[in-house]
Amino acid sequence: MADALVVAEFADGKLKKSTFHAITMVKQALPALGGAFDILLVGGPGAKAAAGELTGFGARKVLVCEDASLANYTAEHYAPTVAEVGKAHGLVAMTATTTGKDLLPRVAAKLDAAYAGDCADVSADGGKITYKRPMFAGNAFGYCQLSTPIQVATARQSEFDPAAPEGGSSPVEDVAKAAPGAAAERVEFVSLDSVKSERPELTDADVIVSGGRAIKEKFFDIMEPLADELGAAIGASRAACDAGYAPGDYQVGQTGKIVAPKLYFAIGISGAIQHIAGMKGSKTIVAINKDPDAPIFQISDYGLVADLFEAVPALVEELKKQKSA
Amino acid sequence: MKILVAIKRVADPDNANKVKIPPSGDKIDTAGLEWKMNPFDEYALETALRLTENGKSPKKREGEVIVVTLGPKDTETTLRSALATGADRAIRVETDDAELDGRLVSKALAKVVEEEKPDVVLLGKQAVDGDNNSVGQMLAEHLDYPMATFAATIQEEDGALLVGREVDGGVLTLRVKYPALVTVDLRIVASESVYSTKTDRSFKYNEGVRFAALPAIMKAKKKPLDVKALSDLTGGAELATTYLKFEPPPERKAGIKVADVTELVDKLANEAKAL
Ligand SMILES: Cc1cc2nc3c(=O)[nH]c(=O)nc-3n(C[C@H](O)[C@H](O)[C@H](O)COP(=O)(O)OP(=O)(O)OC[C@H]3O[C@@H](n4cnc5c(N)ncnc54)[C@H](O)[C@@H]3O)c2cc1C
Ligand SMILES: Nc1ncnc2c1ncn2[C@@H]1O[C@H](COP(=O)(O)O)[C@@H](O)[C@H]1O
Repeated sequence: MADALVVAEFADGKLKKSTFHAITMVKQALPALGGAFDILLVGGPGAKAAAGELTGFGARKVLVCEDASLANYTAEHYAPTVAEVGKAHGLVAMTATTTGKDLLPRVAAKLDAAYAGDCADVSADGGKITYKRPMFAGNAFGYCQLSTPIQVATARQSEFDPAAPEGGSSPVEDVAKAAPGAAAERVEFVSLDSVKSERPELTDADVIVSGGRAIKEKFFDIMEPLADELGAAIGASRAACDAGYAPGDYQVGQTGKIVAPKLYFAIGISGAIQHIAGMKGSKTIVAINKDPDAPIFQISDYGLVADLFEAVPALVEELKKQKSA
Repeated sequence: MKILVAIKRVADPDNANKVKIPPSGDKIDTAGLEWKMNPFDEYALETALRLTENGKSPKKREGEVIVVTLGPKDTETTLRSALATGADRAIRVETDDAELDGRLVSKALAKVVEEEKPDVVLLGKQAVDGDNNSVGQMLAEHLDYPMATFAATIQEEDGALLVGREVDGGVLTLRVKYPALVTVDLRIVASESVYSTKTDRSFKYNEGVRFAALPAIMKAKKKPLDVKALSDLTGGAELATTYLKFEPPPERKAGIKVADVTELVDKLANEAKAL
C-alpha cells in the first residue's frame, strides 16, 4: 500500500486553480495504490493562509512549507522540499503548467523515479497505475506503466475536471524547507514580467479566440472586440507569436498551451498539426480563413471562408445584435 | 566556452499525422516518415553556435561545441549534420530507441557531462515524438546544476547566462552560473534572442537556424565521432517505463461551411448552443 502526493501551485500570493485538476488525477489513480493522498503547498508569504482552500477535498493532510526564501519560484529551491515530502509516497503529481513541467521531472530525478509527463488520463488497473499520454503532437495516445518504487506524473489540465469540494476538513501541518543543493547557489531569480489581464486564463476559459499570422500588427485591434463580446481569452498561433504580434505565452499548440474550451475560434490560422494538437479537444470549433482549402477546415464544426478583416468586425456586430434580441 | 548539446532524431514532425497504429496497438509505426533532427534540438544547436562566436564572423568558433545522441548506428547521420552545421565533435551512445525513457537518457547524459565538463549543457525543451519534456530537468538534478528551462532569450555574461524563460503568464528571467543547463523553446532562434559576450547587441541574426554549406558537409565526415555503450553510463539502471498499447486519437469530422456571419451566429446559438 502506498499514498499519493498532490503538489499544489501557489504564486503571486494565490493558490492556482491548476491545483484542482491534479487532485482529480490523483484521486483517479489512488485505488491502484490503496492508500490516501496528501496535498503539499510550497511557497512564500501567504502560503499558510491559502492552505485553508485545500482542506475540503478529502486529503489525509494538507502540508505547508512557507518560507520567505521561497517567494519566487525556482526548481532548485523547491525540488528538495517536494522530494523530501514525496519520498514517503508512491505517486507525486502536479498539473502540467510551466511550473509543473519545470519542477516535477527534477523531483523525479531526485527520487530516482520514472516520470510520465502531460497525462491525458490515468486508471487504476489491478494495483498498477496506467497513464494515458498524448504523443506525436496528439496523433497517438500511449498507455504506459512505471516500475520505480516512486512514480512522478503531471496532468494535462484540459483533460481533468477540477476536483469538487467534498466537505470534511483535512488537518493542516507545517513542514520545514529542505536544504537546497549546490545548484541553488548558482541560480538567481531576476524578474517576472507578467502581463496582467482582466480576461480569463487560456487554460480555464470557456471561450477562446485565437489569431494567426495573417492578422499582423492589427492583432489586438481585431481580436479584442471579439474577445470582449464573448468574454473570451485570446490565443495565437506560433507564427503570430514569433512575429511579435502576440506575446509568447498566448501560443496554443503542441508546444504551447493545450486548451479545450467549449468554443474555439481559429482566425487566420492555417491549421498546422502543431496548432491542432493544442486545440482539437475543444467542443465546438469555428474557423475563419480566406483559403477554402486551409487544413483548419478539416477539423472545424463551422467554417467561414472570408477575409478576416471584414468578417471579424461583422461578427462582433452580429453578436451584439444577437445579444440584444 | 565549452557547450554540450543533446540531440535526438525524430520521425518527421511535420508529418506526425501520418503515423500509423496497427489494430493490435502494439506500436506507433513511423515507416515512410523521414528522420529529422528534433526541431528543439536544432534550436539548441543553433543556440550553442551563437554562444560560441561573434555573430559577425561566424566561421571562427570561440570555444567548443560537442553534440551527443543516444540511438542506433543510423543516428550518426543526424550527428554528422550537426557537425556540418558547426559542431566540433560528436558522441553517440549505442542503444535502441525502445530501450530508453527519460530517466535512462538523463542518467547516461549525466555521465557524459561528468566526463566532458562543459560550461553549459543545452537541450531542446521537448522531443516532439514522445512529447515528454523531462530529460533536461532530470539531467540538471543528477548534476546538481542550476537550470533555466523553456528559454526564449539568452545573454551571455561573465561566467553566467541571463535567460528569459517563457512561462504561463509572461517571461521569467533567471541568471544561472556555470556550469549550468538550459532547455530551449521556439523563440530562441529569433533574430535578437541569443548574444554571446563577443557579439554586439546591435547585431541581428537571420531568423531560424543556419544550414550547412557543401564544403562543411564534406569536412564534417572527418570530424571526430566517439561511440559509447549505454550500459557503461547508466550504472545498471533498467528501463522503468513500459508502453502497454497505443491508440489513435478519436477522429474529428469536418463540419459545415457557413455562408456568412449571420448564419454562423445562428448556428452557434441554436445548433451548437455554444453562445
Ligand atoms: C517544433 C515546432 C513546434 C511548433 N509548435 C506550434 C504550436 O505550439 N502552436 C502553433 O500554432 N504552431 C506551432 N508550430 C508552427 C506551425 O507548424 C505553423 O507554422 C503555425 O501554426 C502557422 O501559424 P499560422 O496558421 O498563423 O500561419 P500560416 O500558416 O502562415 O497561416 C496563415 C493563414 O491565414 C490565412 N489568411 C491570410 N490572410 C487572411 C485574411 N485576410 N483573412 C483570413 N485568412 C487569411 C491563410 O489562408 C493561412 O491559412 C510549431 C512548429 C515547430 C517546428
Ligand atoms: N535519445 C536522446 N539522445 C539525445 N538527447 C535526447 C534523447 N532524448 C531526449 N534528448 C534530449 O532531451 C530533450 C528533451 O526530451 P524529452 O524529455 O524526451 O521530451 C530533447 O530535446 C533532447 O535535447
